[in-house]
Amino acid sequence: MQSTGSDWIHYLANPHRFMRLAAVVTWPLWGVALALMIWGLILGFAAPPDYQQGETVRIMFVHVPAAWMSLFAYTFIFVASVVALVFRHSLGHVAARAAAPVGAVFALTTLVTGALWGQPMWGTWWVWDARLTSVLVLFLIYLGYIAIWRAIDAPDVAARAASVLAIVGFINVPIVKFSVDWWNTLHQPASVSRFARPALHSDFLIPLLVMCVAFMVLFCALVFTRMQSEIWAQRSRRLDEETGSPAHQGRSNG
Amino acid sequence: MPPSPSQASQTIAGEPSHQPFGVDAWPSSYGAAALRVEKLHVRRGQALIIRDLSFAIDAGHAVHIAGENGAGKTTLLRAMAGLLPADFSRMQFGADALFPEDMHLVGHREGLKSRLTVWENLKAVSQIMGGASHAPQQILQALQIMGLVSHQDRLVSDLSAGQRRRAALARLIIVPRPIWLLDEPLTALDRAARDLLDHMVGAHLGRGGIVVATSHEPLRFAERQLTLAHAQPGEGLA
Amino acid sequence: MIRAFYAVLELDIRQIWREGSVSLVIAFIFLALTLVPFGIGPELALLRRLAPGLIWVIVVLALMLSLDRLFQGDVDDGSFDQLRMSVLPLELVILAKILAHYCAVIIPMVAVLPLAGILMNVDLQAMPRLMSMILAAGPALCALGAVAASVSVSVRRPGLLTALIVMPLYVPVLIFGANLSMGVDMMNGQTSALDLGLFVMLLFSGATLILAPVASATALRGV
Repeated sequence: MQSTGSDWIHYLANPHRFMRLAAVVTWPLWGVALALMIWGLILGFAAPPDYQQGETVRIMFVHVPAAWMSLFAYTFIFVASVVALVFRHSLGHVAARAAAPVGAVFALTTLVTGALWGQPMWGTWWVWDARLTSVLVLFLIYLGYIAIWRAIDAPDVAARAASVLAIVGFINVPIVKFSVDWWNTLHQPASVSRFARPALHSDFLIPLLVMCVAFMVLFCALVFTRMQSEIWAQRSRRLDEETGSPAHQGRSNG
Repeated sequence: MPPSPSQASQTIAGEPSHQPFGVDAWPSSYGAAALRVEKLHVRRGQALIIRDLSFAIDAGHAVHIAGENGAGKTTLLRAMAGLLPADFSRMQFGADALFPEDMHLVGHREGLKSRLTVWENLKAVSQIMGGASHAPQQILQALQIMGLVSHQDRLVSDLSAGQRRRAALARLIIVPRPIWLLDEPLTALDRAARDLLDHMVGAHLGRGGIVVATSHEPLRFAERQLTLAHAQPGEGLA
Repeated sequence: MIRAFYAVLELDIRQIWREGSVSLVIAFIFLALTLVPFGIGPELALLRRLAPGLIWVIVVLALMLSLDRLFQGDVDDGSFDQLRMSVLPLELVILAKILAHYCAVIIPMVAVLPLAGILMNVDLQAMPRLMSMILAAGPALCALGAVAASVSVSVRRPGLLTALIVMPLYVPVLIFGANLSMGVDMMNGQTSALDLGLFVMLLFSGATLILAPVASATALRGV
């Protein structure tokens, strides 16, 4: 007896169905992502410079979407891992593994753009600002997750280990955020000003939204592409195995 | 026919005892429960190691699992022991499902802590596998039967391969479980120890126990053989 | 079953003692602490100010080194298979191993901390506070370490993989533990804040002791 919920997941999780969907959808996704990026960047440069921060505020158009996407990607990994672990769907593992480097790059982008943005204000490249520090820990979580996939040879063992790690890490992320915020209040250096977000009126809001959507579509395009290549690789491996060494059956004598 | 209870006897140091076989820890009978395996599928990663294997073993019988290296003999035992996920399979013991606590698995690796003494290891075995309170007489009896009494305070790492094997097999004596899964049990055993193993298995089967053993060599105690082989399409099971 | 639990606990503690992991961990602590003044200068006021946080960091690093032994040894010699077939559910086996690690590694580490405190010119009145905080956080550190160790147990040569995995898990514990050990002045004169902190840390440890065995068991069942 299955609920409609898990029926739906079973429907979506069929690798063949996914591959058919991906074949149709992936190239358009890339196209849309690129178009939105270009448009967003144009709007971003067209927006007036902030009176306080000058031209550097434009970094926000990359920094903020990257930050949100790094969190979204990890949530995606968490959901995919739960689906894979609970419903035993290998597509979940493929999805999680595909999304990991993408999320890691988003996190790294957040850190680098954050440093670039903050440097004129701070006078230095890194000040252990609360939000950036949380993203740094998130980046390390990504690295650990990617490392586990690469370090374990047997794919089923690796998948299980990775999904446990993803779930534990996901629970950890809000705890880290909370503790890092508290830590920052304890140790706030007096002279450092925190990130001043410019007032979000429409000149800034629209490019920001466009860039956020662009990053989201880019994420989808990247993940779909990576999932496709992983499934192709698995299929060719299985083909090798089936032609090379058939499975075993037992024969009983006496 | 259950053998008569053993008397504590002096054995030559290192030599297994050849007294008639009685073990205080064992029940007089394990009942008539049969082991039934249906449609066993075992995957490792993408590879299917065992496909659609079904067999049944009645109480008091032993089966020898034969096959080439890599045919999946160890995988079969580990799947039966519950150490590998086996989807879509059913394993019954009597009227109930098969639980790991019904079985002993003695595999390639002895499962002994090498920095602890034989006694400390076996004491842990009796408590962890059997849940029993510390019963030194039972451990002592096992040591006598296996010929390890003089080695009981030696670290496992100081033992020879044969002695370690015998220490590993001692768990069969200390903790009574109806089903024995033995992976290459003859490894490192000399003639006397092999005789002892036959004796032990015979006594176990006599009480209605079940033994499933893999081996490259023929096993004297197994009257039935199940050969795992690379399957041809369409091949069925007896 | 309770007897089996204690048997696993006792077995692991004995194993840890015989392995000598404890001496490794304690040696690391003193090596690191000895290097610190050479690096930053022996000015006593500076050492005193840095000491609680520095000791916490070094204790956490030392613990990271010892995590691999939680499961690797048993998997390698076949004992892990036996434990899975024991009368205990795997989660309880893991809980027993976590507690064994606590008893055999954390407690000795804390016992030598007064000596470490002397090296770092810590006010000896403050040592009990520091030590009790580490003792309260110990179960959490071992439990989170078990999760990381369970995930990396199948790796042939883990190197620092376990440390990388456990590090984000240790960040909150380190933040709360170290900063609450640092002294009343950091908490704006609230002496009761320490007791609250200790209590929160104990709660957190309790929570990890319940959740970590479940997560570790899930990971280890795939091995």
